[in-house]
Amino acid sequence: MKEVLKRSLRILMTYSIRMISLLFAVSVVSFVLVSASPMDPVQQYIIGLGTAVSPQQRVEIEEYWGVNKPPVERYLGWLSEVLQGNLGESALYRRPVAGIIGERFWNSLALMLCAWLLSGVIGFGVGCFMGMYENRWVDKILKKCCYILSCIPSFWLGLVFLLIFSVWLKWFPIGFSAPIGVRGEDVTIGQRVHHLILPAFTLSFLSFSNIALHTRQKLIDVLNSDYVLFAHARGEGKWTIFRRHGLRNILFPALTLQFASFAELFGGSVIAENVFSYPGLGSAVSAAGLNGDVPLLLGITLFSVLFVCIGNMAANILYGVIDPRIREFG
Amino acid sequence: MEQKKGTLLELHDLSVSFRRYVHGISLYQGLKQTDLQVISDLHLTVSPGEIVAVAGSSGSGKSLLASAILGILPDNATVRGHLHYKGKELTAARQEQLRGTEIALVPQSVTFLDPLMKVGAQVDGHRKPWQVEKRKALLKRFGLPDKTSQLYPFQLSGGMARRVLVSTALITDAQLIIADEPTPGMSLNQALEALRLFREMADEGKAVILITHDIDLAVAFADKVAVFYAGTTVESAPASDFKKGLDALRHPYTKALWSALPQNSFTPIEGFQPYAGKLLNGCLFAPRCPYKTAQCMEKIPPVREVRGGEVRCYCGS
Repeated sequence: MKEVLKRSLRILMTYSIRMISLLFAVSVVSFVLVSASPMDPVQQYIIGLGTAVSPQQRVEIEEYWGVNKPPVERYLGWLSEVLQGNLGESALYRRPVAGIIGERFWNSLALMLCAWLLSGVIGFGVGCFMGMYENRWVDKILKKCCYILSCIPSFWLGLVFLLIFSVWLKWFPIGFSAPIGVRGEDVTIGQRVHHLILPAFTLSFLSFSNIALHTRQKLIDVLNSDYVLFAHARGEGKWTIFRRHGLRNILFPALTLQFASFAELFGGSVIAENVFSYPGLGSAVSAAGLNGDVPLLLGITLFSVLFVCIGNMAANILYGVIDPRIREFG
Repeated sequence: MEQKKGTLLELHDLSVSFRRYVHGISLYQGLKQTDLQVISDLHLTVSPGEIVAVAGSSGSGKSLLASAILGILPDNATVRGHLHYKGKELTAARQEQLRGTEIALVPQSVTFLDPLMKVGAQVDGHRKPWQVEKRKALLKRFGLPDKTSQLYPFQLSGGMARRVLVSTALITDAQLIIADEPTPGMSLNQALEALRLFREMADEGKAVILITHDIDLAVAFADKVAVFYAGTTVESAPASDFKKGLDALRHPYTKALWSALPQNSFTPIEGFQPYAGKLLNGCLFAPRCPYKTAQCMEKIPPVREVRGGEVRCYCGS
């Protein structure tokens, strides 16, 4: 137990240092990219105002925002504000960026967590099943299904799901995270879950087949190992072997894969949320990109880095809890 | 085939071959298949109270013999011949029932232990009730500290791992123990302790098959030595014959092996063991045999009883 704690603390330290440097690097790169892009934040701001602005006023706004100052100075100005917790105001939503992220993050988190658990649990289960019945017809059919699934783009899958389950069968709503025409505080948990199911499924299919196929292969490797041969020699049956040796030895690689899919999941949520008009970070970031909402774009970029980093760190800490070899030798 | 009275395990004309695909795909036949014979026409009898050493060089198919007896060969293997255990045919169903209870294996390396399972749980096995007291006594006997049970295989030294592997078999009430190279990596004292335990079990009426390439060890502890060459037993002789000297032995290969030992004349023999894919029609040892005749090249000699041992040779005397 002491080793686990020590190791976790060490990881926490190194990851914090890494995360800070990574955040800094990402902020520089994205700032440079935004500066080099043809996006004109002043223009977007003026469009957002909805009123006509005279050239004189425009110059004043530019002066006030410091648009014509050298880039380094602008960056430092922005950075010092960010460090004080001010991510700026979204030109699109007319609200502080931090507030938008805080609100939408929970929607996205619920979606990603569901999709992550779904793909993990189902993918792992199907992978184990395929591995136990290697080269039998069930395995062959499931394997083909996995190959096909991994070739299907998730936006298309989302549209097909919408068509079948929402339009034809009318089992699920066509979009959003709550019913239309109901006040925010009146939305029940059941309604939220109901709206979550289809996008979560769509998102889970992104990594589902990947996890299933990897788990299958790993289980086959384990079943061909010396220690499984020895277990056979001691009279252990097929499922006893699976329970005693199989699960134990494939859980670790499966978890590695599962946590590595964090970044992929974040990317996928942009697509899933757009298909289902789901109000999460993913749909916010594409709206920000399309409308030239620079503060929101930069804010979400930084936040996603933070999110993916924390995911990876959690994985690294977990490894030590699960695998005694890592626990001992770090 | 009738089993001789009083034997525990008897193998007659046992052959094991593997189906495999040869490189190159022929357009008309799909993948080309051939059979690779790794054990051919093997004879071996083991009686209660006996340690039988199966001695031979690497690649002679010794480990596969253990798998064949336990019925844990891979799916692409075919077994022909007769296996009898306690007078009854050893069928696949019976093998499944007996392995781990009446027949136990001592595997040859630490890779046969689950890397993520604690040693104690692995010695106990999957059968309940777990014999915790017996396990502790066994580990103690092998000079392994109590906390060994809490270790993972990667934390064991080579010698410790061997002793743990031997314990996995000794904790069962097996009548027949098949030990596949159990001693390398142990110190002399530990090896002697392990063999003493085997001896003790044999004296209780159990039987041990000791697969080894260490002739000295085989001769020192076994009652009978079966000499393995290219997947078959060329000679099966009382261990005492090896101590008596060259003239007590029967097969030319056994004699050559004896002569190659450092304490004897230390003279090597020319040539090498034939590869399993290129077996001959006649005696497998013929190409290296100084006494070969035309007959040896044509047909495999039958097993004959000569002076209380069995030998597969036309001229063996």
